[in-house]
Amino acid sequence: MQRHLISAADLTRDDAVLILDTAEEMARVADRPIKKLPTLRGRTIVNLFFEDSTRTRISFEAAEKRLSADVINFTAKGSSVSKGESLKDTAQTLEAMGVDAVVIRHGASGAPYRLATSGWIDAAVINAGDGTHQHPTQALLDAFTMRRRLVGRDAGIGQDLAGKRITIVGDILHSRVARSNVDLLHILGAQVTLVAPPTLVPVGIETWPCEVAYDLDSTLAKSDAVMMLRVQRERMNAAFFPTEREYSRRYGLDGDRMARMPEHAIVMHPGPMVRGMEITAEVADSDRCTVVEQVANGVSIRMAVLYLLLGGNEPAVSHTRIEEK
Amino acid sequence: MSKILIRGAKVLGGEPQDVLIDGSVIEAVGTGISDEGAEGAEVVDAAGKVLLPGLVDLHTHLREPGREDSETVLTGTRAAASGGYTAVFAMANTFPVADTAGVVEQVYRLGQQHGYCDVQPIGAVTVGLEGRKLAELGAMHESAAGVTVFSDDGKCVDDAVIMRRALEYVKAFGGVVAQHAQEPRLTEGAQMNEGVVSAELGLGGWPSVAEESIIARDVLLAEHVGSRVHICHLSTAGSVEIVRWAKSRGIDVTAEVTPHHLLLTDELVRSYNPVYKVNPPLRTQQDVLALREALADGTIDIVATDHAPHPHEDKDCEWAAAAMGMVGLETALSVVQETMVDTGLLDWAGVAERMSFKPAEIGRAKGHGRPVSAGEPANLMLVDTEYRGSVDPAGFASRSRNTPYEGRELPGRVTHTWLRGKATLVDGKLT
Repeated sequence: MQRHLISAADLTRDDAVLILDTAEEMARVADRPIKKLPTLRGRTIVNLFFEDSTRTRISFEAAEKRLSADVINFTAKGSSVSKGESLKDTAQTLEAMGVDAVVIRHGASGAPYRLATSGWIDAAVINAGDGTHQHPTQALLDAFTMRRRLVGRDAGIGQDLAGKRITIVGDILHSRVARSNVDLLHILGAQVTLVAPPTLVPVGIETWPCEVAYDLDSTLAKSDAVMMLRVQRERMNAAFFPTEREYSRRYGLDGDRMARMPEHAIVMHPGPMVRGMEITAEVADSDRCTVVEQVANGVSIRMAVLYLLLGGNEPAVSHTRIEEK
Repeated sequence: MSKILIRGAKVLGGEPQDVLIDGSVIEAVGTGISDEGAEGAEVVDAAGKVLLPGLVDLHTHLREPGREDSETVLTGTRAAASGGYTAVFAMANTFPVADTAGVVEQVYRLGQQHGYCDVQPIGAVTVGLEGRKLAELGAMHESAAGVTVFSDDGKCVDDAVIMRRALEYVKAFGGVVAQHAQEPRLTEGAQMNEGVVSAELGLGGWPSVAEESIIARDVLLAEHVGSRVHICHLSTAGSVEIVRWAKSRGIDVTAEVTPHHLLLTDELVRSYNPVYKVNPPLRTQQDVLALREALADGTIDIVATDHAPHPHEDKDCEWAAAAMGMVGLETALSVVQETMVDTGLLDWAGVAERMSFKPAEIGRAKGHGRPVSAGEPANLMLVDTEYRGSVDPAGFASRSRNTPYEGRELPGRVTHTWLRGKATLVDGKLT
């Protein structure tokens, strides 16, 4: 594995499976009465959030604390971030404080990459979402959820998602979740179909390792998982689609559509859901919908990533392999 | 003033000749100018070097007034002299905007005062570059600066009626409107060329059609009102096709390409290094090849640098926060040599046409872009075309260092520049 986690595309198949396997071990910690490992004791991790995201921050924070790391939360929103100096200045401040890892969420695509490659900082950099670019731990937790549900919790160990058919529906253009998932699911051997109105599909998508369709209904019957993306209502004002109702009719997931999916197929959503827009309450609350599991799995995945990147005090699952790379 | 004898220079890349400068004019050009005629002259050994008329840049940002931390007329004209330029056209997007006779005269006078390079100010088309109300184009033309080129560069004159009126109005004094072709609505939030790379990187796309649609509109407007229009920093294969069509139809359109659009592609943006952030953005290899071909066949008339200095702090940050632009005066000829001459697309006479004669003609720059012959103003430069070396921004005369070529090997080195017979650059060093 590399020293940073910037993009899902940077992972090899073996790296990704190792993270998923490690996350399974981490998940067991959550089942214990005392949910804590001493692994990262004495390590300092900063959650550097330039953009609001309570869910992601709390998930990372829980993962860090379960690994006994010292956690500093830095919320830069509201400070003058009109120019980039603040990222560099902040990074150097953290560096001076001897931070071991920076978990960064930033509104600008590429900001974590800049942080990791510009020589501003020596700490490991973990991308917690950058602009419309990547959100690799989200893709990992999604893959983890899929592997558990579609392959099996124990049967899945060491396995990838070969042959699984995943459909991702919604605002692909602005979605770092979609980009990360396309990359990771391809690496794990799954077949991905993106479904969206043409206005929400980026120009240049033809090189992505996936299919693109404009019609949701024709893809449902052959999907093992359908991932609904959040659609922001303001996209309507920017003429990406005519009305909320028309979007829901064509691309929303309701009970009728869910009934056309194979019996084993699951419904996923990165949250927060806009009920009635991209997903109906009926679907969101059904037991095929994995939203709540995804949240729980997010903590396990982030524990695994932090553990593997920061190399704990105890031997890792395949620590030697990591050292060799 | 004293005499200078340039010995054995390949004039416009041709056979070696001697050029004798007397004061501010060229006295003679020929083989074996006798020592008698050149008595007392300072002799410059130019064996193996190519002599060109002083280069003329129709598109420079000097930043003064207002952003003297990026560049000043002095530092910018020293950079120009280093690059072989004897005249630069300074864009109007300063603070205050060059939209009045007062501001353009100030910039013009600073150029004259410093004496490294003639500075010909470009006037804004609209007040404050806001696109609503025509600036006093006539007053700027009649000022001491004698403005002939008008541009809201940095912003597009996107209102079709304002553009039409500007094109019509400048006919009265032979002016030209230089358009920054960028449909504003199609480029909201744009960070880089829209295509395969932007899709992957999740950066806002700047589609080719945003440039092409404005060029198409403007050549039609120029045809309708019988005026001339100049297209700034054309960057796409589609734009080339439109300009080619317009010229075949007899429309009075000229176009420029920047050195960086002849060499670099949007693949470089994968580094997220803001040194590659420029407007219009770096395009694809297919566009690069189309631009080279168009420059070779004359569809694109000139090379212009779009020299855009920015201080370090405006580039040493994340991509989205960074300023757009790159410096270019000191590397332009090297990039043109690499992309056009060394590839066999253009000879040195062709380079002189596209970097001196034609830009001077489009901008009506008096005394520049003249033939290298007796009686002409001695605006000349020498380039060592055999030189190979990597670019070191630390040596730049420009106040800013935002070059995309740091550490990259480029051919050619400008060794001498003369502005009206006065050396501004000698052996690669500014005077």
